[in-house]
Amino acid sequence: MSTEIKLPFDKEYVHSFSKDMGEPAWMTELRVNALEKAEDLPMPKPDKTNISKWNFTQFDKHIVGSEDYSSLTDLPEEVRSLINLESADQNLYIQRNNRPAYISLSKTVLDQGVIFTDIFTAAREHGDLLQKYYMTDGVKVDEHKLTALHAALMNGGAFVYIPKNVEITEPLHSVFIHDDQEANLFNHVLLVAEDNSSVTYVENYISTMEESKGIFNIISEVVANTNAKVTYGAVDTLSAGTTVYVNRRGVAGRDARIEWALGLMNDGDTVSDNKTNLIGDGSYGDMKTVVVGRGKQTQNFTTNIVHFGKASEGYILKHGVMKDAATSIFNGIGKIEHGATKANAEQESRVLMLSEKARGDANPILLIDEDDVTAGHAASVGRVDPLQLYYLMSRGISQKEAERLVIHGFLAPVVNALPIEGVKKQLTAVIEGKVQ
Amino acid sequence: MASTLTIKDLHVEIEGKEILKGVNLEIKGGEIHAIMGPNGTGKSTLSSAIMGHPKYEVTKGSIILDGEDVLEMEVDERARAGLFLAMQYPSEISGVTNADFLRSAINSRREEGEEISLMKFIRKMDKNMEYLEMDTDMAQRYLNEGFSGGEKKRNEILQMMMIEPKIAILDEIDSGLDIDALKVVSKGINEMRGEEFGCLIITHYQRLLNYITPDHVHVMMQGRVVKSGGPELAQRLEAEGYDWIKKELGIEDESVEQEA
Repeated sequence: MSTEIKLPFDKEYVHSFSKDMGEPAWMTELRVNALEKAEDLPMPKPDKTNISKWNFTQFDKHIVGSEDYSSLTDLPEEVRSLINLESADQNLYIQRNNRPAYISLSKTVLDQGVIFTDIFTAAREHGDLLQKYYMTDGVKVDEHKLTALHAALMNGGAFVYIPKNVEITEPLHSVFIHDDQEANLFNHVLLVAEDNSSVTYVENYISTMEESKGIFNIISEVVANTNAKVTYGAVDTLSAGTTVYVNRRGVAGRDARIEWALGLMNDGDTVSDNKTNLIGDGSYGDMKTVVVGRGKQTQNFTTNIVHFGKASEGYILKHGVMKDAATSIFNGIGKIEHGATKANAEQESRVLMLSEKARGDANPILLIDEDDVTAGHAASVGRVDPLQLYYLMSRGISQKEAERLVIHGFLAPVVNALPIEGVKKQLTAVIEGKVQ
Repeated sequence: MASTLTIKDLHVEIEGKEILKGVNLEIKGGEIHAIMGPNGTGKSTLSSAIMGHPKYEVTKGSIILDGEDVLEMEVDERARAGLFLAMQYPSEISGVTNADFLRSAINSRREEGEEISLMKFIRKMDKNMEYLEMDTDMAQRYLNEGFSGGEKKRNEILQMMMIEPKIAILDEIDSGLDIDALKVVSKGINEMRGEEFGCLIITHYQRLLNYITPDHVHVMMQGRVVKSGGPELAQRLEAEGYDWIKKELGIEDESVEQEA
């Protein structure tokens, strides 16, 4: 008989934690019920990656204490470069491990009724709104053990709410800093864009330590209601030794658009599950992902667009570079449900291998239950083209620089799609550091 | 100081098959040479071997540039020593803009801290693109990606004008060009003419030489230079074809497939 994994925190703990945080009753109940489910639900099974030996459930600390930052100049160097220190009028949330450490919102944004706050404040001050969207239309509590565990132990995150008809031009930016060896993060970001609104949101998960054993169980939910437009950028740079489950989920209503630009640069073992449900007619989903794998890390990147709405459009673009002995699976799934006539599902996955020991697999999958649709896929796994290098070198460029140009060029379609200049520069620098 | 590229008894193989069987050639700064010859006689192999294409193996002979052994150099070192090859089939490189690529190429010839200023670079690029009648948006397009055949050829000449090599080899720079494009490309090559610049033009059409008068014309057959002369040789080839040379030399099949 297999041994039951005992979860490290019990019902009493979860109950009292929720009370201590001043959460409304529904949230406490949701947590306690989720904990119960987490005991029995199976682990998720990412296609072609076996995560049965990965530790997502055994850890010592649910919350670590961290200091606030008294001013932005106290931030670690790698975080300071991400943001504009000069601007007093920016939309910025900084979280240090579990601690909401800094928040600022521009007056224009505040005046339009936008909510951008840490998730605990949201639960206390905007409980009804949160309840309407929190783990309801996006990620369900009982999908598997990790979603349930997340719901039970959620210990950080942010809530973004854009009211009807409000169009925000300046981006909203979250930085989740991981600087404590004992920290484990169950981070939840919920972004709701009401009818006809538009917003750009960018987040960074960043470890300031070279290595740590932290466990990350991250869920982002994006709800784009009728004709809303959400651009969601992320750069993840969690350290070696971490174990990461990150689920980013979008739900698009009628004529709504959700565009993702994800730089998945973690150095630990990572399962990334990125899915957009195109519910409404005429809805649009675009998912761009770049990945660099190195060392001995194992990663699984599943990108999934499900078409329910008529004439919905879904585009998946993934580019990955694998070096050293890194292993990665790239699953791309375009699913067209019955009734989603005139839907269009396109996907492209490209993997560039830089070493003999690296492994990369691109699996394009199209699942179509409707006749009147269009769909296409392209996938390739290959090495740097020696003729490209020859061409660049024939102009005097060294082999190292030529390889750098080819790799940057290969990843450019996603890097260029990131909406914040500082974050784009950071991703370029991270790639630079990882591939050299 | 004018450069000299000296090729002696060059033998080259690709995948174990010998293509060049003893080529001798000397190109000096200030000179324009044309190599002509039917298809399959080894002309492009010669240009690839000089630049160091990874698939070609030099089995015998030497290539010397200003006293330096070119065959000992990596491809990028050959370029920095002053060689340039306008390729017949330039690679497409996604995500790298033409401008960024050219700046890297120019800066690879300069010391750290001595890089070309952005303003100076842009001025030079704009000027050369205008000269070659190229759309200015081509500077920001990805290197050769989606370029038409003619655009690729112009882009090769643009690179030559930006990099200003000592010795340039132009491999069938005229193939696939309409007459207007041919004139523009010729204009670019003529602009480079001068004591410091030597050029080897590889072609199997005489028409390019209506716009660029070569100082020396060579004919390749069976992997060797079989005849050399002045511009009048190209004109005679245009008028009479290659048969008279074959007859003169007792060659039945000019391609490298057949042993003489």
